[in-house]
Amino acid sequence: MSETTSAAVSRGLPGRPGGLWANRWFRFALRRTGRLLISLWILVTASFLMIHLVPGDPVRAALGPTAPADLVLARTRELGLLDPLWRQYADYLVHLFHGELGTSITSRLPVSETIAQRLPASAQLAVAAFVVSMLVAVPVGVGMAVLTRRGRRRRTELAFTGTSVVLGAIPDFLFGVGLVYLLAVQTHVFPVAGRDGLGSYVLPVLALAIGPAAVLSRIVRVEMLAVMEADYIRTARAKRLTPVRIHLTHALPNAVTATLTLGGLLLSSLVAGTVLVENVFAWPGLGSTIVSSITSKDYPLVQGTVLVYGVGVLLINTLVDVALALLDPRSAIGDG
Amino acid sequence: MTVLSFRDVSVRYGSHTVLKGVSLDIAHGEIVGLVGESGSGKSTLARAAVGLAPLAGGRILLDDRPVPTRGRARPVQMVFQDPYSSLDPRMTVGESIAEAMRERLGKQARRAEITRLLALVHLDAARAGDRPGRLSGGQRQRVALARALAARPEVILADEITSALDVSVQGAVLNLVREMRRELDLSMLFISHNLAVVRYVADRVAVMYDGEIVEHGPTTQVLGSPQHEYTRHLLAAVPGAAHRASAGDRASAGNQASVGNQASAENRNGILSPTPKEHT
Amino acid sequence: MRAARVLLRPVGLAGFGLLVLVLLVAVFGPVLWDGRATVVDTGNLLAGPSAEHWIGTDNLGRDLFFRVLVATRLSVALALASTGISVALGIVLGAAPLLAGRRAGRLVTGAVSVLVAFPGLLLVLFFAVVFGVGARGAALAVGLAGAPAFARLCHTLIAGISARDYIAAARIAGVSRWRILRRHALPNIAEPLIVNATMAAGGALLTFAGLSFLGLGVQAPSYDWGRLMQDGLNGIYVHPLAALGPGIAVVLAGLAFNLTGEAFAAAFGVDVIPGVARLRQVRNAAAEARGSGATTASTDAGTILSVDDLRVTIPGAQRPIRAVRGVGFAVRDGEAVGVVGESGSGKSMTALALARLIEEPIRVEANHLVFAGEDLMAGGDSAARRKRLGTSLAVVFQDPMTSFNPVHRVGPQLAEVSRFHQGLSRRAALARAVDRLRAVRVRDPERRARQYPFEFSGGMRQRAMIGMGLMGTPRLIIADEPTTALDVTVQRQVLELLTEVRRDTGAALLLISHDVSVVTDVCDRVLVMYAGRIVEELPARDLRTLARHPYTRALVAAVPDMETDLTRPLAVIPGLPVDPSRIPDGCAFAARCPLADDHCRTADPPLRADAAGNRVACHKAGQALPDTAEVTA
Repeated sequence: MSETTSAAVSRGLPGRPGGLWANRWFRFALRRTGRLLISLWILVTASFLMIHLVPGDPVRAALGPTAPADLVLARTRELGLLDPLWRQYADYLVHLFHGELGTSITSRLPVSETIAQRLPASAQLAVAAFVVSMLVAVPVGVGMAVLTRRGRRRRTELAFTGTSVVLGAIPDFLFGVGLVYLLAVQTHVFPVAGRDGLGSYVLPVLALAIGPAAVLSRIVRVEMLAVMEADYIRTARAKRLTPVRIHLTHALPNAVTATLTLGGLLLSSLVAGTVLVENVFAWPGLGSTIVSSITSKDYPLVQGTVLVYGVGVLLINTLVDVALALLDPRSAIGDG
Repeated sequence: MTVLSFRDVSVRYGSHTVLKGVSLDIAHGEIVGLVGESGSGKSTLARAAVGLAPLAGGRILLDDRPVPTRGRARPVQMVFQDPYSSLDPRMTVGESIAEAMRERLGKQARRAEITRLLALVHLDAARAGDRPGRLSGGQRQRVALARALAARPEVILADEITSALDVSVQGAVLNLVREMRRELDLSMLFISHNLAVVRYVADRVAVMYDGEIVEHGPTTQVLGSPQHEYTRHLLAAVPGAAHRASAGDRASAGNQASVGNQASAENRNGILSPTPKEHT
Repeated sequence: MRAARVLLRPVGLAGFGLLVLVLLVAVFGPVLWDGRATVVDTGNLLAGPSAEHWIGTDNLGRDLFFRVLVATRLSVALALASTGISVALGIVLGAAPLLAGRRAGRLVTGAVSVLVAFPGLLLVLFFAVVFGVGARGAALAVGLAGAPAFARLCHTLIAGISARDYIAAARIAGVSRWRILRRHALPNIAEPLIVNATMAAGGALLTFAGLSFLGLGVQAPSYDWGRLMQDGLNGIYVHPLAALGPGIAVVLAGLAFNLTGEAFAAAFGVDVIPGVARLRQVRNAAAEARGSGATTASTDAGTILSVDDLRVTIPGAQRPIRAVRGVGFAVRDGEAVGVVGESGSGKSMTALALARLIEEPIRVEANHLVFAGEDLMAGGDSAARRKRLGTSLAVVFQDPMTSFNPVHRVGPQLAEVSRFHQGLSRRAALARAVDRLRAVRVRDPERRARQYPFEFSGGMRQRAMIGMGLMGTPRLIIADEPTTALDVTVQRQVLELLTEVRRDTGAALLLISHDVSVVTDVCDRVLVMYAGRIVEELPARDLRTLARHPYTRALVAAVPDMETDLTRPLAVIPGLPVDPSRIPDGCAFAARCPLADDHCRTADPPLRADAAGNRVACHKAGQALPDTAEVTA
């Protein structure tokens, strides 16, 4: 193709001529990275400010009213809390840059060490639960949509909706309690608590996955139903394709893009949901760390864990956006 | 003499320039038609005049003073294309009209004014208590006109006010526009993509293409003997044009694409060049 | 009306009843049972369920059942308080673009979209640190943590409303921003807001339970359900009910809020798809209509499409909507037939029904519907028939923007036809697709075939859609308002393309349009539809001069063209088009017809053919119309 024809052709294009393809992805990458950086900055600043927003003297609160005054002063100096605020902020950023998250007030261990030790257990739980809920939700949702579309099989629909509403309303830690009671205390099929072997994963993962799977399968169904009423599905039918092909190649990808947006939110809420479930199952993850550090007012540890959770969530969101852009190129040009 | 005057008006959205130095005058008691394709900037011009689109350059004057776009008294009013979106579904027809009135009136006076305005657009006073949901598209568009009139405007901007209506209703609204001009001495900018409709109501026509006015003048002159290539192209595309050409009617020679022969295919490719970029 | 609809649904009834119960217990629980919940029974410390203590006692021997009941007030109150905080803050933040102007609004929106990405529980934990452990801190934390989500919701809803012209009209009228928010925006977003607030209250309830369960929420001696659950968890091996009891209470209350929210959502939303009962009713009605004598399928050679007594019925809320009422006509090979009518005349339904693209629960019936010698009403959806229809019947739809699948490239979407019906390989099919794109004058088809539909302009998509129909060897093209969404110049090009395609392939064309001029430009013959019936059929060139039906004549006269007399008002058709769910007896046009008399209003005129083969359904066909110049509808 010669230069002239391509220039002539590009006149018919919507918007910018030339190099459109590369341009679009470049712009997307730029915009998305920018947003990630801004979000990271807000997160870091928020976690820095947390200790300053606590009313009263945080160190005194952490060490308790009986702690000697010079110990409190020593720890306060150690934490750098006597410096001017901008100085503290700069130090905080510099330390972060070197991967240092400070030292725990109570255990005197580096926060990064504690987190490195406990993060994998939490991440495994969250990822496994996400995979399970997606594997359940998408086929169930699609199947239900096809079975119950346009007012067919009202009873099936009612049963499905009812079940998913009820399951979705039960919080994960309650599932945990219920599962422990049924499958561990009563029948001894799985261990009650702890992280020891594959069997110990079953209950926590189930507890985390059931609710999201129920909610997500409803969303998949609704999205699928909406997609199946779209004009391009009518076009596909006008091509006289088989129903299976229409559902799988024309409807499903569109339904999945919408589901994925919510799936991302779901995954990030799973990360947080592990906090509760870990407590039920005495799971040696970050969840139990953050709770105990909040109750013991171990602020450096709280800061570190909140930061790690936050970064995890931001990375997930970014991944989801990239996946969406690959699946549905339109989302890369929007101002999302 | 000139009521509303656009002087070198530019509007930019981001890096995209929608209007490129447009100048246009609307005289007292005159209907100026504005034609062009979607994306040519017709609506943006009207929206700029009422402060809904930010000016990047130029001025919009009303009687040689900048058009007020703040405060209660707005002498330039607009009627929109979609009658299903231009009335608040939660408000009665009367409330919608009353909201646009310049001054707070007493209950009695307000009711009388609503009745007067509804009568102007040939609607029964009993309609004042109805919500838009009970009205047809044509009736809603009349209410929208009545609301515009409630502000006692000097100029009304009508943005594609008949294009969402059914053909049997469109005629009635066009008759109403002509009647209002005749009886109320209204000045109006009448925006439409439909040349036949503009021909029917407008005294003068301006043709817009890619953010610029490429031709303007008296309606009969612009539509009868178009000077700019784009205007001719637009006229040739009007449905029924081929029919007229074959009937031996007046038609600017050479530009009529008689359907189906090879020559016309060549010709079409020639015509394609001045078409604006279609925006998705 | 709406409330009734909510309560009539089983889900709504259950949810609403449960919610009332929960609220009653919350209000009266502490008053009635506080004594029994605090009395210490030293003889029954940590006891299991018994007749005296239904779900056992705690470590001080207090009755857990009553403690659960009394805890309702604190649990629900905290949930409602925090939801209140979320909603109030959310509205303020969400309305920022409307109130504070574009720039400040964008800043707020940006901040909200960053915050909303963080899961609620994480924000709760963050705020719980700041506000300290305890009920008040938790309420503030949950409230603030919920605010971004509500801000996002309000922002989206208000942005949707702000795009509506009535907001613009109010601004032009000089209405202040606060007043616009109060009078126009809030009333119109109230319904989704209420639905979401109800659901959010349920969510807040669960969050509180979780917080208290973690020991970060309500502190002793106060107690809510989460607190009770935490106390019970230690003894779950011995007395599971001590933990499960408050858990059940949490779930029930959460369900009460959620189900009520669901029911509201369903009631506020668009009408859901009609149910089985209504379908049955439609079938019966259709069966009755069928009794009117069947004519045999008589189709001549040289006829590509022939339909007789086509009826399309949509099940409606009150009564079935008869969108098409007995349409019959034929299209000869290579002929171009136009169908004109206003919206609601049934012309698009006719087109879709002929293409067999209408699905349940809409009913399509006909004495026969013969396409290329095959009665499409008979027989099922066999692979052979799919192949025949897929390759010889092309369909072009109205909106080129939505008729292509957004996630697939254009080329493969065209190629699909050949791959599945003509057995071509992926590569060969794609090559044909490129060839067909070239045939419909899409420039640089190789590159275009690799692009997504959103990279095509409207006119180009419509060409590609026609190209899709050319993948096989079409014998009939059904085009349903193919140019309505396009600009005039693009419309011209698409119409010329259709004409050209017809000339090259010999395919017949059925063109549906509301625009009389478009149809007269392109078609040989015109069918005029009104209220689901054909009222007149005549050669296209005679439409403006020789039409005999008053509706056809009025339709032609009402639309200005480039020769309309400027000194006279346009002809006007008084009244409104017929509501297809309540079609009157007699001629459907009688109420708007200047010629109508009592006979017209009682007897529906049959569609009669004259010697020339033109047909008209009117008792007064061809009679002179009174001067309609002064009529204003």
